[in-house]
Amino acid sequence: MRLLRNILDKQERLFTQGGPLERFHPLFEAGDTFLYTAGHTTRTTAHVRDGLDMKRLMTIVVVALLGCVYMAMYNTGYQANLAISMGAAALDNWQTALYQSLGFAFDPTSLLACIVHGALYYVPVLIVTLLAGGLWEAVFAIVRGHEINEGFLVTWMLFPLILPPTVPLWQVALGISFGVVIGKEIFGGTGKNIFNPALISRAFLFFAYPMYLSGDNVWTAAQTSTDGVSGATWLARAAESGQAVFVPSISWWDAFVGLMPGSMGETSALACLVGALVLVVTGIGSWRIMAGLAIGTIAVSALLNAVGSTTNPFFDVPFWWHFVLGGWAFGAVFMATDPVSAAHTNTGRWIYGFLIGAFAIIIRVINPAYPEGMMLAILLMNVFAATIDHYVVRANIKRRSSRYAT
Amino acid sequence: MASTRETFLDPLVNNNPITLQVLGICSALAVTTKMEVALVMSVAVIAVLTLSNFFISVIRNWIPSNIRIIVQLTIIASLVIVTDQILKAYFYDVARQLTVFIGLIITNCIIMGRAEAFAMQNGPWESIVDGIGNGLGYSLILMIVGFVRELFGSGRVFGVPVLTTVSDGGWYVPNGLLVLSPGAFFIIGMLIWGLRTWKRDQTEVD
Repeated sequence: MRLLRNILDKQERLFTQGGPLERFHPLFEAGDTFLYTAGHTTRTTAHVRDGLDMKRLMTIVVVALLGCVYMAMYNTGYQANLAISMGAAALDNWQTALYQSLGFAFDPTSLLACIVHGALYYVPVLIVTLLAGGLWEAVFAIVRGHEINEGFLVTWMLFPLILPPTVPLWQVALGISFGVVIGKEIFGGTGKNIFNPALISRAFLFFAYPMYLSGDNVWTAAQTSTDGVSGATWLARAAESGQAVFVPSISWWDAFVGLMPGSMGETSALACLVGALVLVVTGIGSWRIMAGLAIGTIAVSALLNAVGSTTNPFFDVPFWWHFVLGGWAFGAVFMATDPVSAAHTNTGRWIYGFLIGAFAIIIRVINPAYPEGMMLAILLMNVFAATIDHYVVRANIKRRSSRYAT
Repeated sequence: MASTRETFLDPLVNNNPITLQVLGICSALAVTTKMEVALVMSVAVIAVLTLSNFFISVIRNWIPSNIRIIVQLTIIASLVIVTDQILKAYFYDVARQLTVFIGLIITNCIIMGRAEAFAMQNGPWESIVDGIGNGLGYSLILMIVGFVRELFGSGRVFGVPVLTTVSDGGWYVPNGLLVLSPGAFFIIGMLIWGLRTWKRDQTEVD
């Protein structure tokens, strides 16, 4: 370890003021602080409120995501192996070639085979996200002369998890570039962004290439025929034929655990629930937002159940199905609670969460073009988060000032 | 008093009606999915703007100031109707794609803005130059936006396939976002961003 420190120290003068690579100081700084604790100490009186710095916060989010990452790999491989073992052809690409040359069979019952097969789809997406997004982060850090921020690490972890396994890698690069530049950097970088960058990236791809990302195409990494080995995601199918579609073919428990086709990391409500526990216990994710979201979802889906509809069978889907389908759980736990783009006041968080839950179901059920309402609902409420906070603060001031006799 | 040269060149970059004054955005979003349509719209706007500037400038000393907006609008509306009829007579297909937006030139803020801000104070010759200059500034942005949207949104330039799309057996996957209006918003926003990074004095002080 001392050796590494010495190497870094030798390079440092190249990057400090006057050195030949001065402009690239953010890159050096990022590498250095990634390996070692920063050498700075506070010069004036210290104001430590909590030992929780950005780095630890991000690490905890990553820990909370591990369950989803595991399920992303396992379920992607499981779905592909299942489809192939039921007669679908394997995709003709390097993943399949590498998978077979490693000596694995398309066996859905083998845990290791499923994980390896899934990883062959998940890891490339993860790497491309890091390279493309990290490149933009570095460019803006160098041009603006600030440090490379750890905030991107979470975006980097989140983005591959909300993509389908079959997404082309160039779309991944394009999407994360858009998300980092338009979703974050133009607002001034981490901490100033109005929108969740990972979701903006996803929304960009959703509108730009709906064929690949709307969920009505096959998302399993195998050549499935359209007649039904595995077709649209369950959410898209529910939008078409309502609750009836689940009863014979998929149990609620399977959907809860996440053994169904979908975006890589979002299928498993169970893994999201574990992540939610980690976030809530450590105080990083707001339980108020998650609870508000659940209440909003229950309220609106109960209302729609009661109203009913003869033409739109999705009206009858009860809330416990909404919880486990599509990106609801992942969005509620990891996307809506993003500390930058969510509401900051406690009352505001209840309202913010409730409205996301309500809008998500309204968009899902009533707008047949967008089966995945969660993404759009969160982005919509990102816009209003600051407004909600403003009125919460104003109401509080008014309430307190009315206690004084004037 | 600005020179004629400045009157003509200023609206192209330094005082562009779209990127600096942020006027005429509505049509810039609506008619830029195809370059051909954007070109016809540009020509129509240049014609209307130049002529309206000229006519208003000629009679500016006889317009009573309390009814000047009505007079300006009458002139602009007449010109727009003439333009609309000409397009329908000779360029029917394009006119159909432009739908209401030719008629809406009447309400295009650039035209009212130039009439009110320039033609009412300046002579006919300067007003014509100002009209052409502002029209070209508007057209420039329209063509840039149209180029990006048509090239990346449907793989064509002026209707000629440049990037062969997947549906035609090629390799290019068209970007659907650019065909939607928000796509134009992003392009105009990035143009303004780029322009104001280049020309710092255009940045608004807040």
